[in-house]
Amino acid sequence: MGASQGLNMNKVHMMNKVQIRHLGKVFDGGKPVTALENINLDIRDNEFVTLVGASGCGKSTLLRILGGLEYRSSGELDSNGQPVNGPGADRAMVFQHYSLYPWLTVMENIKFSRKLRAKRGDMSSADVEAASGRADALLRLIGLSSAAHAYPNQLSGGMQQRVAIARALMSRPAILLMDEPFGALDAQTREVMHDLILHVHRIEKTTIVFVTHDVEEAIYLGQRVVLMAPRPGRIDTIYDVPLPARREQDMKHAPEFLAMKKQILARIRDTSGMATDGDLLERLNLQAAA
Amino acid sequence: MSAPPNRAPRPPGIWTIAGSLGRRQYWMFAALGLFSPLLLWSVLAASGLIDPVFLPSPAMVARRVLTWLTEDDLLADTGISIYRVSAGFLLSAVLALPLGLLIGSFRPVAAMLEPLTDFIRYMPAVAFIPLIMLWVGIDESAKISVIFIGTFFQMLLMVAEDVRRTPRAQIEAAHTMGATRYEIIKLVLLPSAKPALLDTLRVTMGWAWTYLVVAELVAANSGLGYSILKAQRFLKTDTIFAGIILIGLIGLVMDQGFRWLHRRLFPWAQARA
Repeated sequence: MGASQGLNMNKVHMMNKVQIRHLGKVFDGGKPVTALENINLDIRDNEFVTLVGASGCGKSTLLRILGGLEYRSSGELDSNGQPVNGPGADRAMVFQHYSLYPWLTVMENIKFSRKLRAKRGDMSSADVEAASGRADALLRLIGLSSAAHAYPNQLSGGMQQRVAIARALMSRPAILLMDEPFGALDAQTREVMHDLILHVHRIEKTTIVFVTHDVEEAIYLGQRVVLMAPRPGRIDTIYDVPLPARREQDMKHAPEFLAMKKQILARIRDTSGMATDGDLLERLNLQAAA
Repeated sequence: MSAPPNRAPRPPGIWTIAGSLGRRQYWMFAALGLFSPLLLWSVLAASGLIDPVFLPSPAMVARRVLTWLTEDDLLADTGISIYRVSAGFLLSAVLALPLGLLIGSFRPVAAMLEPLTDFIRYMPAVAFIPLIMLWVGIDESAKISVIFIGTFFQMLLMVAEDVRRTPRAQIEAAHTMGATRYEIIKLVLLPSAKPALLDTLRVTMGWAWTYLVVAELVAANSGLGYSILKAQRFLKTDTIFAGIILIGLIGLVMDQGFRWLHRRLFPWAQARA
């Protein structure tokens, strides 16, 4: 990449880490399905954005397109000033589960990306040393220093996800993409993970895009909450979260938090296309009364 | 109304569905399973109800093994049979492992080879014998070929399936860390499939042994399978019994060897301690 070209790109996208313009996704098959239609979204550097919405709204598809695991059918997508045309080490992803390598220890999992770079032969011994230091630091960051040599199947689900986060951070990605990473964890573990990921966000200064179906999680973690709607998948509303930058568990009981939660839940219900839910409840109530 | 005493309930027994069994209990039941047929056989043979030509006694079979060992070179027969089975099996493995890895990794390769393999694996290996004699001749390579045909096509499909069972998230995680296709095959698919591959080898090794007698139909003059066939001609049932049991024992030892190797090589794949 030429220096002048790089400079230009930086100028244009100075503020935006991710820039999405008129993005669309159609799944071809017997009958083509429009998964995403006309998505426009800018994500700033070091921002924490959460995506919520009813199932089928395409939030995971959008995240997977950002990660380069799916391909957009139309529109433009820039990440870090470069058009996205496939997966890359600048965009790391954390999955819901089963993404750790069970044959590697915690430490070896975290260093996995280094194994890839080292193979390409562009790593000096100083780099190797720095990498070891970084792996140790990440292990401390996620509070698992004592489990460095354990295998994933010896860890709890929450610990496994912490390792997955550390592994994704190892290569200092510009953007961390998280696809319902705490969806399979119990409520208590999830609360711990929330504060951990916020801590990671502060320390590592990464940009985070986080997909969840849990509205409370979306508000607590996100600086902005992007609400998506299904059929076709689209962005419905973008909410600025009116909470201080530094979140604390108590804020979940603040009136503005609860008001926003109520508002978003109502909007999800309205856009989900499942209007029959209300009718059904009413009928059950009538039956119970009779 | 008096409440029943609130005693601690007895833990569910070993007959619970999907229950657990202690190590000692396991061996107790294993011994029961192994020795009761032997006992039944002894009783039946001792009762005198059945002609020894149809059912020789365990003692007769044991004596037969002994004379086979001392007079008829049992070790040579066993050695040559192990050689034939191992050679056919290894030839299968050497070809099926890389080819199966390719089938499991790339859809076009799967589309090209899987229907073909499914077609061939239903063809009876025995029926290939005339062709093998025509093409390969009647020496050792012919016997190895029969075992190869009997195991290779099954093994290929199983290897491909083992590779395909790698969790999608493991592959995608490697993608997002910037791994190349080669790196994903080498660093994710292969290590992820390794324990299953060893199991596949263990199972197909058993199948390779079942083709031994068929293989030694081809102009053999030594081997356990050949001895069984020869004994059939002279109605020496004790030799038939001895040969069958020896093949079973060798299989059992090899099977346990594979299981031991599995525990040694893949401690991470064992059930949580």
